[in-house]
Amino acid sequence: MLPLIGVVVVVIGFVLRINPLLVVTVAGVVTGIASGLDFLEVVAAFGKAFITSRYVGIVWLVLPVIGLLEHAGLRERARTVISGFRAATTSKVLLAYFAVRQVTSALGLTSLGGHAQMVRPLIAPMAEAASENRYGDVPNATRYRIRAHSAAADNIALFFGEDIFIAIGSILLIRGFLEQNGIRVEPAQLALWAIPTAICAFVIHCTRLVLLERSLRAELARANADKA
Amino acid sequence: MITLEHVYWLTGLMAGGVAIVNLRDASNPRRANNTAFWGLYAITFLAGSYLPDLVSGFLVIGMVLVASIRGLGQGKFKATREDEAASAARWGNKLFIPALTIPILTVLGTFAFKRIEIAGAPIVDVKQVTVISLAIATLVALTVGMLMLRPPLLAPIKEARRLLDAIGWAAVLPQMLAALGALFALAGVGTAVSGLATRWLPLGTPFAAVMTYGLGMAVFTMIMGNAFAAFPVMTAGIGLPLIVQRFGGDPTIMSAIGMLSGFCGTLMTPMAANFNIVPTALLELPDENAVIKVQIPTALLLLGANILLMNFFVFR
Repeated sequence: MLPLIGVVVVVIGFVLRINPLLVVTVAGVVTGIASGLDFLEVVAAFGKAFITSRYVGIVWLVLPVIGLLEHAGLRERARTVISGFRAATTSKVLLAYFAVRQVTSALGLTSLGGHAQMVRPLIAPMAEAASENRYGDVPNATRYRIRAHSAAADNIALFFGEDIFIAIGSILLIRGFLEQNGIRVEPAQLALWAIPTAICAFVIHCTRLVLLERSLRAELARANADKA
Repeated sequence: MITLEHVYWLTGLMAGGVAIVNLRDASNPRRANNTAFWGLYAITFLAGSYLPDLVSGFLVIGMVLVASIRGLGQGKFKATREDEAASAARWGNKLFIPALTIPILTVLGTFAFKRIEIAGAPIVDVKQVTVISLAIATLVALTVGMLMLRPPLLAPIKEARRLLDAIGWAAVLPQMLAALGALFALAGVGTAVSGLATRWLPLGTPFAAVMTYGLGMAVFTMIMGNAFAAFPVMTAGIGLPLIVQRFGGDPTIMSAIGMLSGFCGTLMTPMAANFNIVPTALLELPDENAVIKVQIPTALLLLGANILLMNFFVFR
């Protein structure tokens, strides 16, 4: 059971809210040493894996242009556009984004969304503005909740859309793994069997988004009544 | 040919620029830490492919120490929402043009670059076409934005620095977790967990096996931060020997829904930092678990749905 000591370190570290970078590093060192590596070998293993996973950092390349546009008023403009639609609500904004994100991901167009390039500059400001227009002032706690929902909509739509596309990484991984075990499966079959879950995800999360609107309406009516 | 390496250089140059802007900003009380942090990060992108693993490892340890001892800070920025609103009124919907250039060109590039060849050789590395398209789309969008808005020449890097400092250490957490996952794999964490599961959990009936497999995928993904790491272990440990061989289940249906059960776990764990922690930094949320908290109800309901779907279809 010695290898599991790293998992314990991670759980304790996250519960105690110690800086996650430090927690992860300590967990890695402990795990490595428990499995018989010496310290320098662990450091080298860290270096190697960090370098090979640099592709996750490429998304930061969008920050200069996103920052420039935000400075020029992109987020404010996104708010103004939403306030032009009388019928817009936070839940409708998020439902529309969820549907588009899930369908485009299913077609393999996973790069049409993302937290840095879509959620922060466009979707979250629109979702916030819809509630501001409808219910008046939005207190910070509620604002943060709307933002968290914007990020969640992106994640959930992506995860349960992309697996319907046959050339996505997870399908290729499943196929490769089963082939090593002497089982041949068709990517199209795997993609097909992702559809029932995709439909459940859509129904479950969209229901939650509709309920979110009710709870926002009640919450903001209360908050603004207290003030008046 | 344009390869991933060139995109890394570009990212490294940006991180290096962020380090330099921080160095020159006296309004940030921790500017030395920020400079060191983004400077080291820049080196991993610029030179990472050529450095020995041990040197890269010490660069990483250096970043961790800089970020956790006294921590990173942020400079002061004077732009207000009123300034942004005034500028927004001036530019109107034109502001969306560069923003939407990024996703649209990325998608177009993903298709086009696979077909464009010069003298029989593709102009980009076809295996990495999506990220290379993203990088090129970003450069085009930046050019369009610069021509349109005509800001000072250094404005983009200063803006990048504002956003990257707001994200802070969370920006490198996904890579640290990938490194931890590699060490977990090396140490045999996977076999230890599936050993525990097969020893202690009831697996005598088909439904019990399906439930253990589905829950196992989710829990294991939460530990490793990644369903891809959980899938081989759980499928070799429980899926193939029990669901397929003993109870005669269909491996295609089991694997497809099993992977998606793992994705339910991804929604509930801080270990999947690029999906769950980075957005809280990007959206400036005070609670770093805010996104996870919102996702948990959907994840649990969907995990239940997955287990029922698998039980219903896998033994047809």
